[in-house]
Amino acid sequence: MSDKPLTEKIPRYCKGTGMMAPTDSPIVHIACRGISPFIFLIGLYVFFHGHYSPGGGFQGGVLMAATILLLRLSLGTGLSQVVMPASITLRLSAVGVLIFAGTGVITMIFGGDFLDYHFLPLPWLDPAYLRYYGILLIEVGVVLTVMTTLIAIYDDLLGY
Amino acid sequence: MTTLANGLAILLVLGGTFFMLVGSIGLLRLPDFYTRAHASGKVDTLGILMFLAGLAVFEGFSLTAAKLLLIIFFVAFTSPVATHALARRALLFGVKPWYGTSQEHKGNR
Repeated sequence: MSDKPLTEKIPRYCKGTGMMAPTDSPIVHIACRGISPFIFLIGLYVFFHGHYSPGGGFQGGVLMAATILLLRLSLGTGLSQVVMPASITLRLSAVGVLIFAGTGVITMIFGGDFLDYHFLPLPWLDPAYLRYYGILLIEVGVVLTVMTTLIAIYDDLLGY
Repeated sequence: MTTLANGLAILLVLGGTFFMLVGSIGLLRLPDFYTRAHASGKVDTLGILMFLAGLAVFEGFSLTAAKLLLIIFFVAFTSPVATHALARRALLFGVKPWYGTSQEHKGNR
């Protein structure tokens, strides 16, 4: 080991780019950047298999939030704002709640109970597929809300 | 053929448990942070990897085996990175490595 402390060495690859803190490891950086899209893909898989296998909206949303949080932790908060800005997380969360509650209210308007998918206004579908797509619709809302709320909690703890 | 695959699976799982056992003993017995990180890295990568490989062999050629292979890939990719990040951050933070039991460093233990 050299006598100079490691914190004072600024690596060549991050000079002038503002890409990472000088003490950060390029191995961690590249590994997190490389692995996060695959985790997002697995999150989508878990989400779309929520009807008939273990998984669902919450688990898929947490996996997707984990990718963004991995980028936040490894790249630093500034660079990962490009992927998911802190300003839109809570708004997307509200959109997710709107999708969930809107589905329920639409079924109420068309004559059923709250979240009674049989009364969704999609007359070209069989009742079974109506329920299938109804569940998918509210799962979209759950995924959006869970993912963006977890990211918003993290950003809020940092003061963004 | 099935007997052969089952025997291979048993061997792999036993090897995985052996590495997990050695890593756990190392985690308890080794003197300082870096050597313990080394031991726990063995548990994470080699132990779980051989264990899951044994399960995949036992499962045969199916979707479950493919998922297990995917888990093997992710574990083999991420756990050395996690160990690296831990050890590197500890070094930057100023955790002193263990220099052995020679006289002048005896106070450091």
